[in-house]
This record gives sequence, structure tokens and C-alpha cells, in this order.
Amino acid sequence: MNGMIEPIVGRYVHVDIDGEMYRIYFEESGEGIPLVCLHTAGSDGRQWRHLLADKEFAKKFRIIAFDMPWHGKSNPPASWDGTEYQLTTARYTQTIRAFCRALQLDRPVVMGCSIGGRIVLNLAIDHAAEFRALIGLEGADFQSPWYDTAWLNRPDVHGGEVCAALVSGLMAPQSPANSRAETLWAYKQGGPGVFKGDLYFYRVDGDLRGRVERIDTKVCPLFLLTGEYDFSCTPEDTKRTAAAIGGASVTIMEQLGHFPMSENPEQFRRYIAPVLDRIVAIEAERTGRR
Amino acid sequence: MISASTATDAAIIEAFAGIPALLQNTPALIARGRFLDCECLLGPVNHAFHASIRQGRIVDLTPAPVLMRSWQFSYRASVAAWTEYWQVAPRPGFHDLLALTKRGEAVLEGDLHPFMTHLQYFKDVLALPRQPATVVS
Repeated sequence: MNGMIEPIVGRYVHVDIDGEMYRIYFEESGEGIPLVCLHTAGSDGRQWRHLLADKEFAKKFRIIAFDMPWHGKSNPPASWDGTEYQLTTARYTQTIRAFCRALQLDRPVVMGCSIGGRIVLNLAIDHAAEFRALIGLEGADFQSPWYDTAWLNRPDVHGGEVCAALVSGLMAPQSPANSRAETLWAYKQGGPGVFKGDLYFYRVDGDLRGRVERIDTKVCPLFLLTGEYDFSCTPEDTKRTAAAIGGASVTIMEQLGHFPMSENPEQFRRYIAPVLDRIVAIEAERTGRR
Repeated sequence: MISASTATDAAIIEAFAGIPALLQNTPALIARGRFLDCECLLGPVNHAFHASIRQGRIVDLTPAPVLMRSWQFSYRASVAAWTEYWQVAPRPGFHDLLALTKRGEAVLEGDLHPFMTHLQYFKDVLALPRQPATVVS
């Protein structure tokens, strides 16, 4: 409708991450339980725009999506000298916790996809008490590589084109063409080497095999959801991970791939709505016990 | 579209042989390959084709082997893989060229530079027998 203004509001917050100040862009909508959303490697917070615009979810959740440094509208820090960007487990964890502290969020729910789905496992391992619940989309403790990331950043290959073309096949064929194209657009816009740098966490530094057994879902409930068409983080990867964690909830999502929230928002809503309802119910039980 | 239950080697080979004509009717895909000139080996593992691509068009498609014919890269998959890949809604794991290599249903070999610089082009060209034709922007 001409003139329609979405309820999403975007702002910048200055965040101290390990002693250095970063200017972080975030978008939010709604009121209630803070729900922080983490985008996939090489993309940005726009992936969450449909969730952010969901009027029903916004009645019970303060939905927040931020762009990681180097991504979207969050620039590299002022000190960056052009050296190769590499995301590590420690830096990713610091960034999320620092962002939540800067916004003074009270035990937020964190929902991440892909690398975001992996890092929520690390949050569950080391910092569970800081969160009300954790949701991992397309997440597992490890998954087998299926291409050489050196192709992602070299001067004789167009970075935007190759990044988008690599991930295009991770989406379900049933997902609407316009939503698939929008999902790929962010990959075509990413900075040189950023997707590759994110995958350093995914491929090299973030292997959580042998650590996820420490997750206590009684301290912080954990929900894992993976699309059946995701051949990067396969349903089997997620189920194997969950099998090592007592009490983790697992859902395999039909007709969805690696980018459920952006490749087919309507289909994703069918799966995430019951999870968010469950978190509201858990919160009601918790506050009722006080 | 080829039926997944009745696909034969002959049907897959015939469908492959029809790709140049399908590409000729897909100008957006030719435009995406306008800087591409290469020799490659594509098709079923045991019945591959030598493809000559010039400015995004397949100008020659000849069944292999051809004596001493060179190619830069090869992408070959099982008949079952092509059959699934060409379904309108392929099964999970059979819906992408690199999903097929990951599951061992296809083999990618040689100098991958032309393949990687035109990855979406090759994904879409090799999906042309999937009807209706789909081109990811």
C-alpha cells in the first residue's frame, strides 16, 4: 500500500567490544521479552525484516536484529588497517554479549541462523544464565565443508556473484523466487572477504564437538530448527548435535533451507510461532513461581 | 520433465542434448554468460558431452569421447542425480549442483575457474531441462 510505513525502527548504538568502541546498527520493533536475532555469515540483519514486522510477535517480544561489525550498516572499527577479517568464537561471543549489555537487555532470548545457530550453542555452553532461551536455526556443533572458501575472496572472481551463487542452492526450491532473490542480494552486497572471514569461525575455530554435552537446558531452554533442504547444516547434523544435549528441542522444517526467515517467511512462521509461544509460557511459569 | 520413476540413460542423454536449444531460448541466461568462453565436459558420468561455450552460448555439444579433445573442467553426475535435479521440486540433497557433489552423486574436476566465475550460470544452464525453466537472479 502506497505510504505504508513499517513498524521497524533502525538506530545506531556505540558498543564497547573488548576495549574498542564499535558503532553498531540495529533494528527493532515490539515490546516485551527481548529477542536478539543474529544473521548468517556474509549477510546482515535485513534477513529478519519479516519477523520484525510481525504484529503478533511484536505484542510479546522486543525483537532486535543487529548488523555484526563489517556487515550491513555496521562499519569496521576505526582502528581497522585493512588486514584480513576473521571472526573467532571468542570475538563472536564477546560481540553478542557486549551488544546485549550496551542495550541493557535483561536476559534476552537469542536466535541465530547458520553461524548464528552455531554461536548460540557456545552461548549455551559458557553463558547460559545470561539468556532466557536460545534458538539455533540451521545450527550444529560441526558440519562437513562442501567447498573451498578461498574462492570467496580473490581478485579474479567477483566476490558478490560467487558468494550468492554458492549459497543459492541452500534454499528450498519451494521458496518464493522474490524471497530467494532478496536473500541473495545481501550476499551480493557484502564487503570483500567478509563472508570468508565469518566462515573462519564456522570452519576452523568454532568446532563444538565434544563441548555441547555440557549444555544444561534446565538453566536455559534450547530450541534447534533446521530446514530439510539445508545441505550445509543438514537435519542429520542438527539431530546429532541435539542427541548429545539433554532436553534440547529439535524441529526439522519442511520446504525450507538454510535461510528460513528470509527465503520463505510464511513457511518459517509456522515453525517459529510455537517456539516463541513456548518461551512466553516458560517465562509465565517462571514469573509465576516467584 | 523426466519422470523420476521411469528415467533411463537414453532419456537423460536426450534431455542433455536439448540443453543448447533451451539455452538459446533463455536470453537472460546467455546475457549472464556473455564473458564466458570455455571448453567443458558435462553430463552423465558414463555419457558425458564436450561442450564449447562462446559468449554464453553452447555452440557445440558433442558426445564424449572425442580423440584428444581438451576440457578445462568437468561436472558429471549419475543418471539418478540428473533425474532428480530436473524435477520441478527436487528432493533435498538433489536440488543443487554442489549438494550433489557433497553427497557423492556428482564429480567436479579440472580447472574450476570458469565454473566458479559463472557458478549461477552453470547451475541454471544445467537446470534448463527442469520445466518450467527457472533463472535465479
